[in-house]
Amino acid sequence: MTRVLDVRDLSVSFPAADGRRFHPVDGVSLTLDRGETLALVGESGCGKSLTSLALLRLVPAPGRVDAGSVIRLGDTDVLALKGEALRRIRGRRIGMIFQDPMTSLNPVFTAGDQIAEGIRAHFRVSKSEARARALRLLEEVGIPDPEERLDAYPHQLSGGMRQRVMIAIALAAEPEILVADEPTTALDVTVQAQILEVLDRLRRSRGMAVLLITHDLGIVAGRADRVAVMYAGQIVEEAGTAELFAHPSHPYTQGLFASVPRITGPLRRLTPIRGTVPPPTEWPSGCRFRPRCPQAFDKSVLAPELMPVGPGHRMRCWLAEEPAAQVELSRRSG
Amino acid sequence: MGRWLLRRTAQAIATLVLTIVLLFFLSHVLPGDPLSRLGEGRPLTAAETETLRARYGLDRPLRSQLGSFLAGLARGDLGTSIEYGRPVSALIAERLPATLLLGGTVLLLNFTVGLWLGVRQAVRRGSAEDRWLTTLSLVGYATPSFWLGLVLAWLVGVEWRLLPAAGMRDPLVDGGILAGTADVLRHLVLPALTLSVVSIAGTMRYQRDAMLDTLRLPYIVTARAKGLSPARVTWRHAWRNALFPVLTLFGLWLPVLVTGSVFVESVFAWPGLGSLAAAAVGNRDYPLLMGASVLVAVIVVLANLLTDLAYATLDPRVRLT
Amino acid sequence: MTAAPEALRSVWRAPGGRAGLAFLLFLVLLALAGPLVLPDPVRQFDLVELAGAPPGPDHPFGTDQLSRDVLSRVVSGARVSLAVATLAVALSVTLGAAVGLVAGYQGGAVDAALMRLVDAALAVPRLFLLLLVLAVPERVPLVALIVLMGATGWFATSRLIRAEVLRLREEAFVHAAEALGASGRRIIFRHLLVNSAGPLLVAATLGVGDVILLEAGLSFLGLGVQPPTPSWGGMILDARSVLVMAPWVGIFPGIAITLTVLATNLVGDALRDALDPRGA
Repeated sequence: MTRVLDVRDLSVSFPAADGRRFHPVDGVSLTLDRGETLALVGESGCGKSLTSLALLRLVPAPGRVDAGSVIRLGDTDVLALKGEALRRIRGRRIGMIFQDPMTSLNPVFTAGDQIAEGIRAHFRVSKSEARARALRLLEEVGIPDPEERLDAYPHQLSGGMRQRVMIAIALAAEPEILVADEPTTALDVTVQAQILEVLDRLRRSRGMAVLLITHDLGIVAGRADRVAVMYAGQIVEEAGTAELFAHPSHPYTQGLFASVPRITGPLRRLTPIRGTVPPPTEWPSGCRFRPRCPQAFDKSVLAPELMPVGPGHRMRCWLAEEPAAQVELSRRSG
Repeated sequence: MGRWLLRRTAQAIATLVLTIVLLFFLSHVLPGDPLSRLGEGRPLTAAETETLRARYGLDRPLRSQLGSFLAGLARGDLGTSIEYGRPVSALIAERLPATLLLGGTVLLLNFTVGLWLGVRQAVRRGSAEDRWLTTLSLVGYATPSFWLGLVLAWLVGVEWRLLPAAGMRDPLVDGGILAGTADVLRHLVLPALTLSVVSIAGTMRYQRDAMLDTLRLPYIVTARAKGLSPARVTWRHAWRNALFPVLTLFGLWLPVLVTGSVFVESVFAWPGLGSLAAAAVGNRDYPLLMGASVLVAVIVVLANLLTDLAYATLDPRVRLT
Repeated sequence: MTAAPEALRSVWRAPGGRAGLAFLLFLVLLALAGPLVLPDPVRQFDLVELAGAPPGPDHPFGTDQLSRDVLSRVVSGARVSLAVATLAVALSVTLGAAVGLVAGYQGGAVDAALMRLVDAALAVPRLFLLLLVLAVPERVPLVALIVLMGATGWFATSRLIRAEVLRLREEAFVHAAEALGASGRRIIFRHLLVNSAGPLLVAATLGVGDVILLEAGLSFLGLGVQPPTPSWGGMILDARSVLVMAPWVGIFPGIAITLTVLATNLVGDALRDALDPRGA
């Protein structure tokens, strides 16, 4: 297996009004192998989108990636790149898809223009060749009448179609990694499935690695190889998808499962997690989930590390040290 | 497109006619006799007044005066100047080239330097350069053009003797076209600079705000994530969209330029329409003033029409039905 | 209206807003206290010895060609400029609100007629509208000048208010209240006051700066404030003929105009930012 992305201790900080800096992304580590799909799951405001932007150094000013962070794309040290070298990895090594296909496409250029531009930013090809490639990409992402859509403006396309164009743009420079940030959130349920299907197909046919960022555990099952759950700027649990779904261990992950309706299994009450994600300026000391956690105990005032709870399964919770409690947990949720 | 253009043009013409009627009535709001000056110091006799009133049609009721004014306008006749005793249209035609030269220069500076500075500020928002330019544009926006003109004429023209401070040509310069052109350009610098400072200030602020609004949109992130160069993101992706609000500015900006040129032309004795209008004010020459106002209305309405047309051509979202 | 002190506080918190507000307060105090400490602005000190004297201890801004104290005249001009601008803007905002309200609420032919009139008026720069009215009569009293500037400044405001009325008419709560038998007109009026107070205040503040420039321009053309009443524009007009010998006569009133307009615009900008936090 080839490791294509290696992120270690990634932190992103912004200046606060009082002159200090706060850290919406705080020590995130993750890896991605060729052909693999990793799902990064969490509520909005947990830092998952910022993490993905940091991969291409697209953190909006005045935010910055802190010293000590490591982002490696194969042999490339992303955080050491500058100017032209940085430009050359954007789109070429990592392609990105964003949440809202309406606002993420430039309204004054045609779909074809916007795809061809991504091609010509990285390959020395003629305009007509770029256009021909753009046409093939539109076919590949499953757009009907691609010839016609090539010259359509974003406002002339449906939501699902726009997101397919977005995917074609991300694929334009044939990246080895595709980052999809909430790719289906803004779409109808039926269209959601189609888009996820397209992503899956492309991953297989191109052998890409996919980082799928979502708040929706429902779309993770059956698509991701591994899952990382993020809360308050940190990864709080990570495991293979099957393992995580069988034994969700962190109280936050359990809360996420409890708030998602299930189609199979006995009927049960949906219990939302109490409270909301606090803003990054107000994250508590110790375990950050403590104020909302139904199982918080005396040790929760200390900040936990990621600790093993099973094969390839780690969580950031002191309960990992207490096997009795853990057994109790997995019995209840299983 | 054709039908849209036709309807929009008809609408512009209707607005223009209404504007002219409005201008006509405005010039009759306050009591006063524009002919009283013609006695050159001594009061006019009753007979003289009557003759003059008949000549300028002032003895007829207002509605009939309006009627003949509009009828004349349709033939391109703007009436006769009281001060000069010549057709207003001829006076305007004589003065038009100088105003077009000055206005065109300022227009060019405004929509190149002004836009460029505004974009630069937005891209470097919060930097020392941005703060300096913001301050400068705020001050420029608040400066009365006639005062700035006088100060520049005094400092640059009289104290430092760097550039001519009045007129458009030096009668002592003769010879080839080259020397003549250079002379006109030297005379152009100060009035164009004065008028530009005042008008660029507004353009910069407007462009900066529009650009900042655009730069925070998601499709800018898309463009950067594609691996486009910063210049391409700024100019092709952001600026193309930030141009729409600025197009609207053209319609708002033209009246500012026209107003400014009245003062600046009169300060620098620039032989254009602005100084003609200022002189008409001093002479109480209201047919001339009326003619100048009508011309300004035509220009503004036409500019708004062109702005809409530019919008329609540049923005694919505007449907022309 | 309870939001007013809050808005004022946020203006004070913004650096530009604070500078502008402080300068305007200073100017108002100066304009009020001026007559008590400064010489009479129309007094001619000594036509032989003191005509066009440069700035010095007795006359910090110098004297003009009629040996009048320039500082007194600038301060006195502040009083005239501020009073004229404030009154004219109060008038134009009231007119604009009234027209917008009528047009928006009546709709139909009334609305169409009023808005066509606004279109027509906006096709000519305000200066030209005023020139046409002011050029004919021999002498225009100050009150008439204020009324005329107010009467030519309401067009954009009326569009703003009309749009707001149209928006409110479509709001569900207005329909609901009407269904319950309440007067739609009263509800619209109440909400309009609440919703439009902010934008109106911003428009008015920025309008004051515009009118100060406009009045100065008219006075410079000899059509605005008439001598002997001192006005900044009129002072610059007088200074034109002596600019080379006594530049201070014209420079100080120009600086006064620039600073005052700058200050009102800074306050207006800060006010807009305070009411619309989007554009930080």
